[in-house]
Amino acid sequence: MERVIFYILAVIMIVFAIASVTSRKMLRSVIYLLFVLCGIAGVYFLIDYNFLAAIQLTVYAGGIIVLIIFSVLLVHQIEMKLEMAKTSKQILTGLACVIGLGVFLTTIYSHDFPVVENSLTTTTSAIGTKLLSYEAGGFILPFELVSVLLLAAMVGAIIIAKGGKLTDRNDQTI
Amino acid sequence: MNLGYILLIPLIPLVVFLLLGIFNQRIKPAISGYIGVFGLLVSTILSCYAAYQYFFVHGKVNGVYQTFVEKTVWMNFSDTLHIDMGIFIDPISVMMLVVVSTVSLMVHIYSRGYMKGDDGYTKFFAFLSLFSFSMYGLVLATNLFQIYIFWELVGVSSYLLIGYYYTKESAVAAAKKAFIVTRFADLGFLIGILIMGYYTGTYDFETLNDPEGNAILNWASTSFMGLSVLTWGLILIFIGGAGKSAMFPLHIWLPDAMEGPTPVSALIHAATMVVAGVFLVARLFPMYYFIEDGFALNIVAFVGAFSALFAAIIAITQTDIKRVLAFSTMSQLGYMMLALGVSGYDGHEGLGYMASMFHLFTHAMFKALLFLGAGSVIHAVHSNYLKDMGGLRKYMPITNITFLIAALAISGVPPFAGFFSKDEILVAVYEHNKLLYFVGVFVAGLTAFYMFRIYFGIFWGKETKYEHKPHESPISMTFPLLFLALMSILGGFIPFSDFVTADKAGFEAHLNYPLAAVAVVVGLIGIVLAWVFYKKESDLADRLANFFGPLYQWTSDKFYFDAIYLFITKKILFKRVAAPIAWFDRNIVDGTMNLIGNSTVKTSEKIKGMQSGKVQDYAFAFMAGVVILAIVFVYLWAE
Amino acid sequence: MIPGISIYELLTVTSILFFIGVYGFITRKNLISILISVELILNASVINFVVINKYMYPDMLQGVLFSIFIIAVAAAETALAVSIIINLYRQINSVEVKDIETMKY
Repeated sequence: MERVIFYILAVIMIVFAIASVTSRKMLRSVIYLLFVLCGIAGVYFLIDYNFLAAIQLTVYAGGIIVLIIFSVLLVHQIEMKLEMAKTSKQILTGLACVIGLGVFLTTIYSHDFPVVENSLTTTTSAIGTKLLSYEAGGFILPFELVSVLLLAAMVGAIIIAKGGKLTDRNDQTI
Repeated sequence: MNLGYILLIPLIPLVVFLLLGIFNQRIKPAISGYIGVFGLLVSTILSCYAAYQYFFVHGKVNGVYQTFVEKTVWMNFSDTLHIDMGIFIDPISVMMLVVVSTVSLMVHIYSRGYMKGDDGYTKFFAFLSLFSFSMYGLVLATNLFQIYIFWELVGVSSYLLIGYYYTKESAVAAAKKAFIVTRFADLGFLIGILIMGYYTGTYDFETLNDPEGNAILNWASTSFMGLSVLTWGLILIFIGGAGKSAMFPLHIWLPDAMEGPTPVSALIHAATMVVAGVFLVARLFPMYYFIEDGFALNIVAFVGAFSALFAAIIAITQTDIKRVLAFSTMSQLGYMMLALGVSGYDGHEGLGYMASMFHLFTHAMFKALLFLGAGSVIHAVHSNYLKDMGGLRKYMPITNITFLIAALAISGVPPFAGFFSKDEILVAVYEHNKLLYFVGVFVAGLTAFYMFRIYFGIFWGKETKYEHKPHESPISMTFPLLFLALMSILGGFIPFSDFVTADKAGFEAHLNYPLAAVAVVVGLIGIVLAWVFYKKESDLADRLANFFGPLYQWTSDKFYFDAIYLFITKKILFKRVAAPIAWFDRNIVDGTMNLIGNSTVKTSEKIKGMQSGKVQDYAFAFMAGVVILAIVFVYLWAE
Repeated sequence: MIPGISIYELLTVTSILFFIGVYGFITRKNLISILISVELILNASVINFVVINKYMYPDMLQGVLFSIFIIAVAAAETALAVSIIINLYRQINSVEVKDIETMKY
């Protein structure tokens, strides 16, 4: 059962990922990405990281995708067709990617991973405890750093997005 | 003996030079002239005081003049070999101090009148002071390197002053010529110094000249091509001296150097700088005399004698009065070299040495006088050429009288100064080598002839039509003439042999009446001949010139020496050596560099398209690189 | 871990996603498309963290925590990127890559 679901998810992810990077319509490209992200969330569910799957759905599907859609709507006509790269460049890049993929896969398959058979379920409270722990192996410092980073990013995003007005005012003072 | 104040003698002109040089435009010409004269006046007074102190008060101990040295180490080469800076007081340096400062002071005073109204008036005095400083330094040098440094400084100031009229092309060419020729000779000097330093381990005159010292006693220890290396060193040093003193065949710069202002010719190219070569040989005289039994000294004698004869012959036919005086200078310098070359060391043996220094002294006075007189004449008629002059005695009485005194002095007519010094030289030569003696006497006759040729040509003869009526020069110019004339009359009575001798002990010199009579008679014959030819206008001289034909032409063209030098430098050195090297440098060496530069530019022009500014292109290159590296490391280099 | 699915299959899928992202990053001509490609690349690596954590060290949480941080950083990055894109659009009225190649030689 899980096997079948995984294969279905895998096919969805790969197909929509390809569609996302080749589609000539901006908005569709974003929606295809949304499907890929949902597929990834499904994979998290399958491997029993429910909390992570929830984050994936809320942050990515709910936040980032909406953000990107907004930006698309702000800067584009929805029906505008995107310019594509030259065919020769596409082929060249595709070739390089296939070779790279080959290198990756051969390396992965030639490596013997010490897999541990298990069916543990990770609870959210365990993640929370670990995240806020200041004992050995605790992640309190990165956690705080990330919160600062998010704040900085928020402030920065606002300032940059409002940049036009700032320059206007500067022009006036000059 | 306290040497402190002697240090001031060179330093005052240096300060004057810096003062006038730095504040060149800010100082009014009149004031700069006074500053220059005043500085030199102080130096002269100090020099005379030093001479008095040395010769009459402190210098003599047990009948021998002592050497006083004060020096400080300036540069260390090794534990034993070092260069010092300091002052060296012995009879010849004190004598030179007096000569240099007297002539220099007179020329300074004279220049105030002669250079009046010139644009570079202040600059001129600055250069004169620089020259005086260098010359004092040269005279007072304690070792070979110090003398070399000031030697070059003297060369530089000579260059600057010859090229003083730098807008005149011939003056620039003459300055370059003088500098290059003397520089070329100085190369020999430098090599000689290095040989001396290497084989004797010292540059100090005191150690080198010590007759009981290492350098002189062990001259035979190392030899090269059949001669002692020290002999080679001395010959090379003599080449340097010959370059400065315009000895044959390095004389070619001196006549051209007359392009400079006349006071400069009087100071540098007659009285002081050109005797530096003679002074150098005199300074190293014990070495020249003792090493290899005076082999190098014989060379000095023959070069001197030949130069004296050669220059005297050329002087007869020149029409530019300053050039006549230049060749006369060269001839008299040859005399001094000849006298040094035939001299011995002890007591009366050292007559030549003493005579040479004596002649140096008297010659400085009367030759400076001749030049200044010539300058006065040139100042009046605005020409250097004999054909533009004549009958000037009516207009310029003082110049006439003083010039006559100088001409009589150089011709060796008693009781003027030249008679005594020339007589000593001829006696010394007579005792040494009869052939050279005859050369000397012949040159004495020629000297009298050409001097009176220009004397009659200038002051007697046919009166030329003058555009402006010539007039006597101002007092600032006639005073030096009168003073130097006085010196030319009285200079001969100084008992020089008491003061300046090779072994510093002094001896009693007597006139050798038969030899003196011969010299005087020959001189008078020269004067009479000149009188016959040139006193009244006559075509006798022209006919004689025609009679000798090509010979006259040769002489008049200075035996084509300039042409030979030009041929060697232009046709052989420039064309055969320098031109191919220049071609190689321009095409091969520069070409290689240009090729590298150009190919870099071209390559970058071609590949700059790779810097498209698109992050994606960079990302692609990055990824492709990573993939290739991964393939290389994972598959190809995997064990 | 997923019953019947080996780690190799999961890593294969993430590798494919990763290279699709790279392909998109290099070939797309639009800043927003590039942003989407970057998201793909990031997600592929996040899955790798999670999968390796689950399959090889199930009693630890480092992989999970790292993926949370990556998601947070990705969110911040996206927010900044979007604001830059909007600002750029205001300035030059375009979000095409070819219009912003001022780094060109």
